[in-house]
Amino acid sequence: MATTTSSSNNIIVIGGGLGGLMSTIRAVEAGLDVDLFSLVPARRSHSVCAQGGINAAKNLRGEGDSPAKHFDESVYGGDFLANQPLVKDMAEAAPHLVDLLDRMGVMFNRTSEGFLDFRRFGGTLFHRTAFSGATTGQQMIYSLDEQVRHWESLGRVRMHEFWEMLDLVIDEEGTCRGIIAQDLRTMAIESFRSDVVVLATGGLGMIFGRSTNSTICTGAAGARAHLCGARYANPEFIQVHPTAIPGADKLRLMSESARGEGGRVWVPKDPKDARVAKDIPESARWYFLEERYPTYGNLVPRDIASREIFKVCSESRGIAGQRMVYLDLTHISVEDLNNRLGGILDIYEKFVGEDPRRVPMKVFPAVHYSMGGLWVDYVKDAETGGVLKGHPRNHMTNIPGLYAVGEADYQYHGANRLGANSLLSCLYGGTLVGPSTAAYLTGLKRRCDDVPSSLYQAKVERQKQRERELLARDGKDNPYVIWRELGESMTLNATVVRDNAQLAKTEEKVIELQQRLRKAAIPDKGGYRNQALTFTRGLEDMMVLARTIVYAATLRDECRGSHYKPKFELPPVDSDDPAVHSQQVQTWCKAFKVNTERWLKTTVADFTGVDARPKIDYQPVDTSLIPPRPRTYGLKGAKKVEEAWAKMSRADAAAK
Amino acid sequence: MSATDSIQPGQPIRLKILRQVCPNSAPYWEEFVVTYQANMNVVSALMEIEAKPVNAEGKETTPVAYDAACLEEVCGSCTMVINGRARQSCSTLIRDLKQPITLQPLRKFPVLRDLVVDRAEMFQRLTQVKAWVPIDGTFALGPGPKMSEKVRALAYEFSRCMTCGCCLDACPQVNKRSSFMGPSAVGQVYLFNSHPTGAELAEDRLDELSKPGGIAECGNAQNCEKACPKKIPLTDALAHLGRRTTVHAIKKLLEQ
Repeated sequence: MATTTSSSNNIIVIGGGLGGLMSTIRAVEAGLDVDLFSLVPARRSHSVCAQGGINAAKNLRGEGDSPAKHFDESVYGGDFLANQPLVKDMAEAAPHLVDLLDRMGVMFNRTSEGFLDFRRFGGTLFHRTAFSGATTGQQMIYSLDEQVRHWESLGRVRMHEFWEMLDLVIDEEGTCRGIIAQDLRTMAIESFRSDVVVLATGGLGMIFGRSTNSTICTGAAGARAHLCGARYANPEFIQVHPTAIPGADKLRLMSESARGEGGRVWVPKDPKDARVAKDIPESARWYFLEERYPTYGNLVPRDIASREIFKVCSESRGIAGQRMVYLDLTHISVEDLNNRLGGILDIYEKFVGEDPRRVPMKVFPAVHYSMGGLWVDYVKDAETGGVLKGHPRNHMTNIPGLYAVGEADYQYHGANRLGANSLLSCLYGGTLVGPSTAAYLTGLKRRCDDVPSSLYQAKVERQKQRERELLARDGKDNPYVIWRELGESMTLNATVVRDNAQLAKTEEKVIELQQRLRKAAIPDKGGYRNQALTFTRGLEDMMVLARTIVYAATLRDECRGSHYKPKFELPPVDSDDPAVHSQQVQTWCKAFKVNTERWLKTTVADFTGVDARPKIDYQPVDTSLIPPRPRTYGLKGAKKVEEAWAKMSRADAAAK
Repeated sequence: MSATDSIQPGQPIRLKILRQVCPNSAPYWEEFVVTYQANMNVVSALMEIEAKPVNAEGKETTPVAYDAACLEEVCGSCTMVINGRARQSCSTLIRDLKQPITLQPLRKFPVLRDLVVDRAEMFQRLTQVKAWVPIDGTFALGPGPKMSEKVRALAYEFSRCMTCGCCLDACPQVNKRSSFMGPSAVGQVYLFNSHPTGAELAEDRLDELSKPGGIAECGNAQNCEKACPKKIPLTDALAHLGRRTTVHAIKKLLEQ
């Protein structure tokens, strides 16, 4: 068993997506060398699936957009659950980051004069999203991968592709000192020393069975860190994207950019209307988003759009009473569609067999993104209200030396992420991680080379033992079938609409599946590229996160962003009688205030055991820059609520 | 048109898969029967085998190993030879295929297990041709070079290359007797030479194309463009760079 010994200047990055690559580049620029581990070649990481674009308030259309507005809309979009110093700095950095990508050769769409083109996205009225056709994530990851390949050719980066992190090495002081990883081809298990480990391991869509995520997005790496004592924050906040293409193997994303370019969501007014979509006249169509949200229309944030679509379909008002709605682009010119959305339209055509340029698409919501993730710290700059750059604690988990970035961490997006902010948060997080890790190493007295190799050997042995135990199981269950059951239960009860009784049943189901999995025989005992073994071990660790998600959702008795429990909605404001209405508005505002005080908090989960619930605590959220306000998105009739809340806030401020 | 238009959910579909236990073992065929579902793609059939690893004879077997990630034809992972043609198993629908459906690993790469191959060589070629834009660093240095939308739109075609290997599989010049780098790497040279800053390394890239294994080994079969799932205009790039490389070589000769 070889233990690769790192030089004192090495860090380990796990994950070859945007967060991992940007962290790598910035770490190299800060003078460090990087060992990058990835399940697949970096170019094939899940970031390729990001379609629509990246937000940056460059205001190239004279609309009056600014980073301050981008900051405000991101915080509002996330229902105020995000720590504001990080969001502020991310919005301010965004124009520079888009310039950087442009310099790296990302083929962003251009205007006729040759400037960057921008389009609209959800949760904003500005043209703020730079894009490269409808394959922006793919273009971005290629450019970053190319920069890393350049560094690799100079000997500054070592790539370990087709390697999986199985465990962290934590010394007796509780400091991270490296990883245990497996070569997914030869199945060799080895230890790697390093004083810094950066987890850029992405999302966890596989916990929900079919989602918009890639098959590699299991969440297992995050779960393994959690098992080692890393705290996990806001697990209950799972984004469900409003528009995906249903499929047996995957729910393929149909980008928000389709609506950003003018796509309209509708259903026939009469669900029994048997005509094909194009024969249904305007007067017989119900554009329910535009009707309820006249200002934002089809570009309300994702949580709201998903809930509205869900509601329409639950009332059997979907297309032909089914759980589907139309997403219509047929009123836009074919030339514009090909230039700006070509990639995703081709995909729809390939998989469904209909041309979305001529026939409205049929879509339904699907699990898309985890706002929650590993708890990571930051240090505030008292002068700017933003983040103190270069501080070793920025993006560090509660385990010294262990960092997390990208979808794997919980910062930036609060209770709901705005479209086109995820590519941005991956990149921005990466720019912080590089210098943070360099600063951490500078201040570190005891180094991983001082840690006895017996610790690494013991950890490797433990993983080998686990593997032997996994392969020795001989029950009748099949792990892939258990995974499907997990996905069905989680999707049914822990997504758009939540209810405590249903969540309790789901928790029981997860426990049942966890126990069944412990007996399930792995259908492959082979010693080379054993995918069934990799899958089953990952699934076992995913179960721990599934339970954490369900339990945290159970405890949070409110509605915030993506987390929606109808039983805990604020009182209605729906009376036609002006006097009653005014009374309702007052009651609503008081309830909003009480709810904010009770629930505007970060959920923090501590691992207590594979067969136990996590210990849940709540931490305050930094809302020092933008005070919380009702999140109405111009909902018809909500103006009075906004006014009353503004008045109440002013009165409160005056009283202080 | 669909080969089996009439196929209905619930009907059996037959697959013949070329399997191999590990890199040095002998390949063998194994047949499977899977139940058809609406809009089913090839990768879903492999997932069905995972959930019920039993072959057509009713004997228990191991699940078929295959690479996959995005399942929406942007990552390039799940490329394999389906009914004799290299393509992505995610975007290949069962209803468009003749049965029994044959699945084989890509033919120009070392097989690791079943349908999993080692495409490391394609990535090494990217290093060889310096497929990157040489930037000064990632700090705030202002906007990138201005570019016309026309130039951008053509470059974008090439920047969609997934390094999937279909063009290499289809190219007769990529074989055990030749060291041809294959069409995809040449396409990347075209991409980076067309970028204002990327062009700083244009000469270096043409040097690489002039070497053995470079562009002279293209036999102009033009299979690559037909095989490319993204319809990247590879033959245009090969023709253009063939001329540029010749000019470059003559220039170098005169400079000597």
